[in-house]
Amino acid sequence: MLLTDLEAIAKREISSRKKVTIRCCMAAGCMSSQSGEVKAALEKAVEDAGLTSEIEVRGVGCMRLCCQGPLVAVDPQDEMYEKVAPHEAKSIVGALKGGKNKAHRGNPHQSFFEKQFSIVLANSGVIDPERIESYIAADGYQALHNALREMTSKEVLDAIQASGLRGRGGGGYPTGLKWTTVAKAAGDKKYVICNADEGDPGAFMDRSVLESDPHRVLEGMAIAAYAVGADQGFIYVRAEYPLAIERLQNAIREAKRFGLLGSGIFDSPFHFSIDLRIGAGAFVCGEETALMASIEGKRGTPRPRPPYPAESGLWGCPTLINNVETFANIAPIIQNGAAWFANIGTEKSKGTKVFALAGKITNTGLIEVPMGTPLRVIVEDMGGGAPDGNSVKAVQTGGPSGGCIPSEHLDTPVDYESLTHLGSIMGSGGMIVMDQDTNMVDVARFFMEFCMDESCGKCVPCRAGTVQMYHILDHIVEGKATKRDLAKLEELCDLVKNTSLCGLGMTAPNPVLSTLRFFRKEYEERLRPE
Amino acid sequence: MIRHPRTNHRKRVEDFLERADGDKRFKILETHIKRHQYRSDALIEVLHKAQELFGYLEDDLLLFVANRLKLPPSRVYGVATFYHFFTLKPKGRHSCVVCLGTACYVKGAAQVLSAVEKAAGIRAGETTPDENLSLVTARCIGACGLAPAVVYDGRVTARQTPESALEQVKGWIRHVAD
Repeated sequence: MLLTDLEAIAKREISSRKKVTIRCCMAAGCMSSQSGEVKAALEKAVEDAGLTSEIEVRGVGCMRLCCQGPLVAVDPQDEMYEKVAPHEAKSIVGALKGGKNKAHRGNPHQSFFEKQFSIVLANSGVIDPERIESYIAADGYQALHNALREMTSKEVLDAIQASGLRGRGGGGYPTGLKWTTVAKAAGDKKYVICNADEGDPGAFMDRSVLESDPHRVLEGMAIAAYAVGADQGFIYVRAEYPLAIERLQNAIREAKRFGLLGSGIFDSPFHFSIDLRIGAGAFVCGEETALMASIEGKRGTPRPRPPYPAESGLWGCPTLINNVETFANIAPIIQNGAAWFANIGTEKSKGTKVFALAGKITNTGLIEVPMGTPLRVIVEDMGGGAPDGNSVKAVQTGGPSGGCIPSEHLDTPVDYESLTHLGSIMGSGGMIVMDQDTNMVDVARFFMEFCMDESCGKCVPCRAGTVQMYHILDHIVEGKATKRDLAKLEELCDLVKNTSLCGLGMTAPNPVLSTLRFFRKEYEERLRPE
Repeated sequence: MIRHPRTNHRKRVEDFLERADGDKRFKILETHIKRHQYRSDALIEVLHKAQELFGYLEDDLLLFVANRLKLPPSRVYGVATFYHFFTLKPKGRHSCVVCLGTACYVKGAAQVLSAVEKAAGIRAGETTPDENLSLVTARCIGACGLAPAVVYDGRVTARQTPESALEQVKGWIRHVAD
């Protein structure tokens, strides 16, 4: 594969496009609302109307407004249809020829869409994730070419460092710094791992990226491998995401067939292959050392750090491990330059962040906004606030490691520091909205039960502490606890937070601490007198 | 000195294979193991395949895997019991997976679950005595836009209520009403 070949594929793909494109969402959310049948019905309707030469029906990735799925969009007419049923396909196609449309029209210009800023999701809902040509036509693999043929690995490292990109898995560690450490580490064999074990309940950004634009992740991993000097990559993806697994397998196969993975990529000495590893349902495997143990075929238990994976990771070799969204940001940074990326966002948090908006909110789905966007804009303008005239009480970010942000702090800009300051974390991007009917102690108990179940049992504070905290929370919800129990709970929070081995235990008390901080009254109301 | 009786695992695996003589699934599993070059780090992949073929992982099957990958049975058992995805007991003919992710939870998934539990007479994680229905909970199936979501026999179904869930499973739990 050479650049000219790549350009030829893109040209062929673009010139074969038809006058009208009907895009039909084929991501997991819409698929479970029968979008597969809708797509088949649209194809049949086009054929029946004898318009196959004019209209293309394209299965695309996530179109973001998941609650209104299955979604269908028509270009260049700029039409969008919501909750499309297979029998409405005929009228959607008919409307293109002046017929009467019976399907439910959506507004593609509402603030949910208008306020988004797409980098990671730029191709999502536009390209066909199952065809590599579709990705190449959207300038895919150009960045890999630039990196391999026009940049040294040092220049790639510098670009990532200058962009200010920080890890999107939740921790916010500077990506450039991590890459440089791995590049500097001694060793002939190095690995690149993509952490796609998206375990936080309420988060589905990574799933959507993998289902909608898998090649973007592969390209990012290949660039990373070139920069750090690795030749083998692994994607560790949850078994709960069968569609993402299928699309990744297909993408890896196609990339190999096109010579974009394997040896001698773009006629350079660089070779890189990627293997898929399927998780088996253990939340703790999102923690990097546990994830690597799992790739090695062991129980997914974390180990103390240091040594960090950058020095001693998979099978003792230096290993770079990043999240799906982090890798999805790489190609655009190489393509558009570090300065372009560094211009987006806030001083310390650059670029955009994808959030999965769910819970008691009108518009559930995926959003991508520049860092620093106030929560209020996300929840009220884009999300449309709580449905049925209810009011937003709190927003939960960061899953079981995060916290609840009360409505009076909705003007907080979303960036790593501001959220940490409020006792929550950016997390991987799950954002659950709660309304006035949500009982915050119950929410804290819910997360504690989660951590209790998912604790791997290796270290005592987490294994025993989460059980004790859960019991106290349960007693509080049931109205059986006293003031002394509450004091005990706070003491335990402090202990588990400071003495656990890995992130799971260290952050397990966060939902309790943040609800105690902002909703202490709800706890105290449930206490019984001593 | 106390002498522990040595369990002859190899003998047990041979007996097991003899009993299952002609079962094509072993051949498929064997091919799969071969494709991974009998590497011990492929254990999780192999267990995935074994469960896909046999439905669940019985002790003899785990011993067979241990034998082929040259791993101590304790390691195989340890991995199989660590991950939620692997099951050591037979599953029911039908499955109902209630998502208990945060989005589903705040929208009432717990009520959906307890309605099904009550109707089927089993708790989450159990299978009805007639092996017709397995009731499972998931930690988030990533369908948060459709909350609360329930997966019936592999089919994700959106916006469930206790009533709609009972409607879906009632054909599978007839014995309770009888």
